[in-house]
Amino acid sequence: MTTSYAVAAILGLALITVVTRGFFFLLDREIRFPAPLERALRYAPLAALAAVLAPELVMLEGHLISTWHDPRLWAAAGAAAWYAWRRTMLGVIVVGLAIFLSLRLGWGW
Amino acid sequence: MSPPAQPRLWRHPEFVQGSKDMAGIALGIAAWGLVTGVAMVNGGLGVGLALLMSLIVFAGSAQLATIALIAAGAPLWVVWATAVCVNLRFVIFSAAWRPYVHHRSRWDRLRMAYFSADLSTVLFMRRYPQPEPAPGQWEYFWGGALTNWLSWHTASLVGIALSGSIPPEWGLSFAGTLALLGLTCSLLAGPSTWMAAVVASGAAIAAYALPLRLNIVVAIAAAVAMAIVMDTAARALKPAASSS
Repeated sequence: MTTSYAVAAILGLALITVVTRGFFFLLDREIRFPAPLERALRYAPLAALAAVLAPELVMLEGHLISTWHDPRLWAAAGAAAWYAWRRTMLGVIVVGLAIFLSLRLGWGW
Repeated sequence: MSPPAQPRLWRHPEFVQGSKDMAGIALGIAAWGLVTGVAMVNGGLGVGLALLMSLIVFAGSAQLATIALIAAGAPLWVVWATAVCVNLRFVIFSAAWRPYVHHRSRWDRLRMAYFSADLSTVLFMRRYPQPEPAPGQWEYFWGGALTNWLSWHTASLVGIALSGSIPPEWGLSFAGTLALLGLTCSLLAGPSTWMAAVVASGAAIAAYALPLRLNIVVAIAAAVAMAIVMDTAARALKPAASSS
């Protein structure tokens, strides 16, 4: 790995950030999507969130976990319960981390 | 529209609201930034390149996916193709963004595109579900985007500085997972959103073996397809129900 190679790679990555994030609106060209698709696209951010989240909670090294002795499950349940009760984001993270760390570092799960 | 637009942006109530909404999950963003910062240095990039990457790429998952490739000196097209695949979800988001921003100037769209990371998109679409321009949108976006930018980069720089001294068993990235969980909960309102979340979760787990996080693209496609089917069915059934 030479420095000039790495700098070129990184500059290209920055360009890719802009081009992919603006793919359908950077050009002035008129693009019409079918109306049902346009309405359905509002579920895309939620779907992306769920798609990142679900494997992080129930998979380990590419496989579904088969035990309840996983701190992530209990932390997620506690955090979701906090959200249902108080609806504050910071609380979700703090409660989830507290359960996660006490099960992992305290109980050694 | 007036020339001194910049000072007013910061005081706009929607800018403040956007900042507040993003600040609620900033702890999770910071945890990811920290993990990414550590990964860049430990992955073999060295501090200088890690700083450059952190400051200009601004796409955590693409960074994580390409660190090892760059450190190993993989061909540039492999590095870039990997990043494009990992970023495909943004291409889908950009279609959702289009009705909100297509009337703005090219320069506005260009800077907005660079800053429209996942969480900025999620928060914006939650606040403005109707795909049409409205007052306050631009300010709300920048409030969230700049707060996201600041918490991400601060944490990423700390991660670069501390790399090697953060024990992996603390599971810091789990804070990021929890931020996602909270956000997902906040978006679940009614059967159609639950359906989208369940379909996307199932598809993401089923397609997990795909390389380059393409399971996320599969999951978005599945959820959007399901939404189209349900939308079409609801519209087809409506007149029938009222006429019977």
